[in-house]
Amino acid sequence: MIDALGSVGSLLLVGGTSDIAVATAHRYLQERPLRVVLAARDSARRATVAEELRAAGATVEVVDFDAEDPASPERMVAAATAGGDVDVAVVAFGQLGEQEQLAHDPAAVAALARVNYVAPVVVGTVLAERMRAQGHGSIVALSSVAGERARASNFVYGSTKAGIDAFYSGLADSLAGSGVSVLVVRPGFVRSKMTEGLPDAPLATTPEAVAEAIVTGVRKGRHTVWVPGAMRWVMSGLRHTPRAIFRKLPI
Amino acid sequence: MPDGTTAQLTGWGRTAPTPALLERVRDEADVRKVLAESRGRGVVARGLARSYGDAAQNAGGHVLDMTGADRVLDVDLAAAEVEVEAGISLDRLMNLFVPLGMFVPVTPGTRYVTVGGAIAADIHGKNHHVAGSFAQHVRWLDLLTADGQVRRVGPDADADLFWATAGGMGLTGVILRARVRMKPIETSQTLVDTDRTPDLDALLTMLSEGDHLYDYSVAWIDCVTKGARMGRSVLTRGRFARRDELPARKQADPLRYGQSVKVSVPDVFPPGLLNVATVSAFNELWYRKAPKRKRDQLQSIPTFFHPLDGVGAWNRIYGPRGFVQWQVTVPFGSEETLRHVLERISSSGHASFLAVLKRFGEGNPGMLSYPSPGWTLALDIPVVSGLARLLDELDEPVVDVGGRTYLAKDSRVRPEVFARMYPRLDDFRAVRARVDPDGVFTSDLARRLEL
Repeated sequence: MIDALGSVGSLLLVGGTSDIAVATAHRYLQERPLRVVLAARDSARRATVAEELRAAGATVEVVDFDAEDPASPERMVAAATAGGDVDVAVVAFGQLGEQEQLAHDPAAVAALARVNYVAPVVVGTVLAERMRAQGHGSIVALSSVAGERARASNFVYGSTKAGIDAFYSGLADSLAGSGVSVLVVRPGFVRSKMTEGLPDAPLATTPEAVAEAIVTGVRKGRHTVWVPGAMRWVMSGLRHTPRAIFRKLPI
Repeated sequence: MPDGTTAQLTGWGRTAPTPALLERVRDEADVRKVLAESRGRGVVARGLARSYGDAAQNAGGHVLDMTGADRVLDVDLAAAEVEVEAGISLDRLMNLFVPLGMFVPVTPGTRYVTVGGAIAADIHGKNHHVAGSFAQHVRWLDLLTADGQVRRVGPDADADLFWATAGGMGLTGVILRARVRMKPIETSQTLVDTDRTPDLDALLTMLSEGDHLYDYSVAWIDCVTKGARMGRSVLTRGRFARRDELPARKQADPLRYGQSVKVSVPDVFPPGLLNVATVSAFNELWYRKAPKRKRDQLQSIPTFFHPLDGVGAWNRIYGPRGFVQWQVTVPFGSEETLRHVLERISSSGHASFLAVLKRFGEGNPGMLSYPSPGWTLALDIPVVSGLARLLDELDEPVVDVGGRTYLAKDSRVRPEVFARMYPRLDDFRAVRARVDPDGVFTSDLARRLEL
């Protein structure tokens, strides 16, 4: 249960080896020991992350999750909640894709859409059902500012984020009164393994900063947060920038 | 007939609301019906919801509103015993029985609690140092357990189940009825001595040296003032007056009793109204208005025992974010720890008014029963950011000296810290495993603390 002062007892990380997911677990562990369920593909990295989190004081469970397998979300949520309620679930998996390659590879576009859009909305549906039954909990969805206004340099990725952003925002409203809340997180450019090798964009941020925003956002019951916070106003400006100008911006 | 509706429930602190099917029950048959309907999320009984935290909440499950089961079943005036249904309030017991010369054996700072809740939280009052806690005045209780049996348990009948139920926060079953030993009184008036003490040392000395002379004793302590005057307090102690101690005009009707809620607080208070500035001003006023030393002042039951009950829904003044109460004991000999936590609180910038300090007597065999020999400190704090960390830090020195927190007030202790506070937690779990192997009875509190 999330207690009267917003402290969390159990955390489910879907895409549990992503840098943002791991940083979120570490950030929560700074406050208290807690139960962490890592849902990810069976990999050496998952084992390493589990060990690190145990060393930091967590009780860790690992469950299998494969974003490319349509049957995986239901199995994963059932396994993750077998040991008790989940207080906070972070949906933190996704791929960036290479726009250049995607432009010529319809199969790769379909695959990215499945991993970045289909899987997160199926996970969201299953999580919401489970949390509605338990009568409490928070779902955190990792969206992106790239979904607020798609741009030429990564619009396939941007379109999947726009889709899950809309899905989780609507899900939040559909859960009003159920005891379950949803937080949509819109980071800017995050320096992580997903963006390894790419040059920093303006207002680039870190997984730790995103984790901080998640923990604070859940505690305060926010619906949407931008990371860094200034991104909100930047994106508001960009959304209203005339297309002829937007197209020429070096972003 | 139970008629469940989904309700968003909180405790008195108005924090962490969760939805549950709230079923108003009137008798045993109603309770059984809900038990039969309950699915995976379980059931817990709820009384007048004066627990501050999540004790009477059950997210996604059933919650029994017991306040409709409030009949008096038997009265034995000679033995001063009453047999009642669990949903009856101490308020009603006083209305019915004070005029007959019986007072409740133990009352907390509010009379708006049910007998079932009083047992489940094993409540204490200003007379703990002489009378112990509520469960020690229960001859027996009828407990409906998960298997559908009604078991009559008491200190001499399945004592393990009785002492798991006393203080067990409703997690062993539903308390249906109880037989309670009342306190015979000659009058409805108390004789009260008031003392103002300039600091914490003076207070502890006075409590140590003089408490045994009084049936009832409690101190209000200022948790905002720092430095030499830290812990300044107003100590009130008293006992029920004998008839011959009343003024002549009151002797004709010595047991006259009446009270009422005079005003109610509207639900319009903004967050942050109670801050260090406003609370300091309030505390200063409270301290100044108390007499330095006063003896044998005649006070009514509501004035002496339940001053806050004169204001309805006073919890609303903390605003929509609500508040928590941090109540802990530290054993005798650990006065330095008490001083340390008071210093941390007064220098923390968190506003706390109405902090209360009392000297406990012996504990009882209740596995999760709160009182234990030592000092108990209780303070209300509005929810603001940073409070979680402060209270987690304050729990450490308390648990290190063998102190503990009070489940009826708790809404935020760390589960592993709680387990260290209650060494008999495993005994409690063993009793629960015996009478409720499938965990039918559960609550938000039980889930949060992994009871």
